[in-house]
Amino acid sequence: MSDSPPAAVHPALAELFGGFVLVSISGFGGALPWARRMIVEQKRWMTTEEFNETFALSQFLPGPNVINFSVVFGSRFGGPAGAVVALAGLLGPPLMIVTVLAVLYERFGGLETLSRVLAGVTAAAIGLLIAVVAKMAAPMFLMRWNSAPIFALLAFTGVAIMHWPLPYVFLGLAPFSIAFAWFKR
Amino acid sequence: MNDHPLTSLFGYFALLSLFAVGGANAAIPEMHRVAVELMHWMNDRQFADMYAIAQMSPGPNVIIVALIGYHVAGFAGGAIATAAMCGPTCMLAFLVARVWDRFKGARWRMAIQAGMVPLSLGLIGASAFVLARTADHNVYGALITAATAGVAFFTRVNPLWVFVAAGVLGLGGWL
Repeated sequence: MSDSPPAAVHPALAELFGGFVLVSISGFGGALPWARRMIVEQKRWMTTEEFNETFALSQFLPGPNVINFSVVFGSRFGGPAGAVVALAGLLGPPLMIVTVLAVLYERFGGLETLSRVLAGVTAAAIGLLIAVVAKMAAPMFLMRWNSAPIFALLAFTGVAIMHWPLPYVFLGLAPFSIAFAWFKR
Repeated sequence: MNDHPLTSLFGYFALLSLFAVGGANAAIPEMHRVAVELMHWMNDRQFADMYAIAQMSPGPNVIIVALIGYHVAGFAGGAIATAAMCGPTCMLAFLVARVWDRFKGARWRMAIQAGMVPLSLGLIGASAFVLARTADHNVYGALITAATAGVAFFTRVNPLWVFVAAGVLGLGGWL
């Protein structure tokens, strides 16, 4: 997107907090698309390229991607204080909402009606997740002479079929996956 | 690690967060393994319900840990589980962000980045598999899952409408 103007606007801490609060409560089914909208399109705090670069970093780091993103983004503009403020804005409101839901669920979770509705929603939510996997997998499986599908299948098998603990699977595969990526070029 | 619920909540979530490349969705099988199979904090249905609630509420999907934590140990449990899931990885993100730009274009940086992609794909795939096995108990559940996957892959329909439709079907007693 070469037509997007250079991002030279530097947000103040209060603005940073407010921006991430808005992202957190408008985001449904993940907060990423809303973060991109706010940061690149509305506030112009970053260009598309800067956003993609920053998000790529948050994505390969362990832990929740959007949470990582808020920390990386916040620290870039406001150091440690910026990171804390962005994180608090992104996590605060959803945490309050979900706590209310948790209380309600503990009280009414046994109700037949509620569990029926949730069964339907869960089935749909799994479908969404499968679509995400398919979109991620398509380019990887179309490339020829590529070790990536093998590592994806090994990680899947170890966790889903063998029920091995995640740390073992990760530590067993990551060095080889990185080594293959190193020698590929 | 099983002397006190808050201690085990903190220990397990802090540990699993450090290996969850691909985000909260990559950590679902490990959360299920710990919460249902290892610690017996809840059953399959409760775990699947919490996943659905976390998906329906606004904000990052990682807040499922607050639901699990609350179920185990009330308000303190929710707070501790969230802090454990986000704290260590946030520190890591903060530290890496400071040096990462300096190594732009370095071969090892690209190798690490490229090496993580297939692992996160495999882990997120495992999440879908584990959740489907936990939640889809009959052919109608599987059909809703398949239909949603198709709609989400081929169209740009807001998932909210799919959730509403699936919830109504569930209420009708099909599942």
